[in-house]
Amino acid sequence: MLNISGIHEGFVLDHIQAGMSFQIYHDLQLDKLDCTVAIIKNAKSNKMGKKDIIKVECPLEALDLEILGFIDHNITVNVVKGDRIVEKKALTLPLEVKNVIKCKNPRCITSIEQELDQVFLLTDPTKEVYRCKYCEEKYINPARRAK
Amino acid sequence: MRHLISPLDFSVEELDKLLDLANDIENNPDKYADACKRKKLATCFYEPSTRTRLSFEAAMLNLGGSVLGFAGADSSSAAKGESVSDTIRVISSYADICAIRHPKEGAALVAASKSDIPVINAGDGGHQHPTQTLTDLLTIRSLKGRLDNLTIGLCGDLKFGRTVHSLIHALARYENVKFILISPEELRVPEYIREDVLKANDIEFQEVERLEDAIGELDALYMTRVQRERFFNEEDYIRLKDFYVLNKEKLSQAKEDMLVLHPLPRVNEIAVEVDDDPRAVYFKQAQYGVYVRMALILTLLGIEV
Repeated sequence: MLNISGIHEGFVLDHIQAGMSFQIYHDLQLDKLDCTVAIIKNAKSNKMGKKDIIKVECPLEALDLEILGFIDHNITVNVVKGDRIVEKKALTLPLEVKNVIKCKNPRCITSIEQELDQVFLLTDPTKEVYRCKYCEEKYINPARRAK
Repeated sequence: MRHLISPLDFSVEELDKLLDLANDIENNPDKYADACKRKKLATCFYEPSTRTRLSFEAAMLNLGGSVLGFAGADSSSAAKGESVSDTIRVISSYADICAIRHPKEGAALVAASKSDIPVINAGDGGHQHPTQTLTDLLTIRSLKGRLDNLTIGLCGDLKFGRTVHSLIHALARYENVKFILISPEELRVPEYIREDVLKANDIEFQEVERLEDAIGELDALYMTRVQRERFFNEEDYIRLKDFYVLNKEKLSQAKEDMLVLHPLPRVNEIAVEVDDDPRAVYFKQAQYGVYVRMALILTLLGIEV
């Protein structure tokens, strides 16, 4: 069993679907943070069989976790301060997702107007459907788990 | 500042007001002859269009304004690689209002977000064509006297036809409108129209394969072109193509006061013999397209007469 020590202040992102941790690392732009990050892949999980975990030692204001709700709102976000979990954050679907996914519609204006932000809007919270702000191309997150 | 990007940008009340204005223009054209004096409309057409562009230009000229613009990407700075965002910023300093057609979906929304003048979407690829929808609504309302309590037949290519999708969206907001969707299996309305617009709003609709099976019930029939290249195989095309051609014989089964609409250009889906029937209103519809664009220009410029 691999042991990774606890953190003093920061976040523990638990119950990440196995294999998704690197995408989350990228989407949260953790590579740009000057802090300790541990990625645990394929940890055993009673609930999920296998799961990924990310631990980030950083000031609490350093990370915007809203995007996590888009990637997978079943992820458990533990907020750690003074070596203790002080909060378990509930994730919700963000109303707008900017520059995380690209519109795949070759007829969309974003395919030629390079400086445009890639913006997706939540159009159906029940089915978790996002649509491109410009061409309304549908996007359903492939990482979405059946509830 | 208001723009028109999607057919649903106006509320039902705003739409009523716009259509009222269009009818007043129709009845009193002289009253509006100088309404846009010294105002300029820029028509930025990145892809060819005959009737839409000319209809916009006619609308502005009828209002006493003037027009400038280009009629193809080759004759604009887009050929040099200029973005829509940059072009509209420049156009904003040349004109008072802009109508834009672009092959890419969402282009008009991008233009509106960077523009200092009202932007009208004159068609963005296969996405939206709101002034066609306004034209269709004005035609139906003017000739039927209402937009509620109607049975509307939409016939032909219901899968790719953006005018059909927009019209369903727009009419779905009125009371007791029933749709009969007439198309081959391959060209049925997309799932999102069926689920998110029709079923989600409890709107009565039927899907049928043959025009003859529905025509007798309709208050208005909206024809579209069925294109050979949309079919998976030639056999199906040959089997089905004649179902979607309106001729005198089929029209004889229709109500006496049914309207036949078509966004044009018509190829062969409406036989020429139908043109003289008083129910054939597609050329009148093109005329309504000018009135509604005049009303739209006045509304977006905030000009009251």
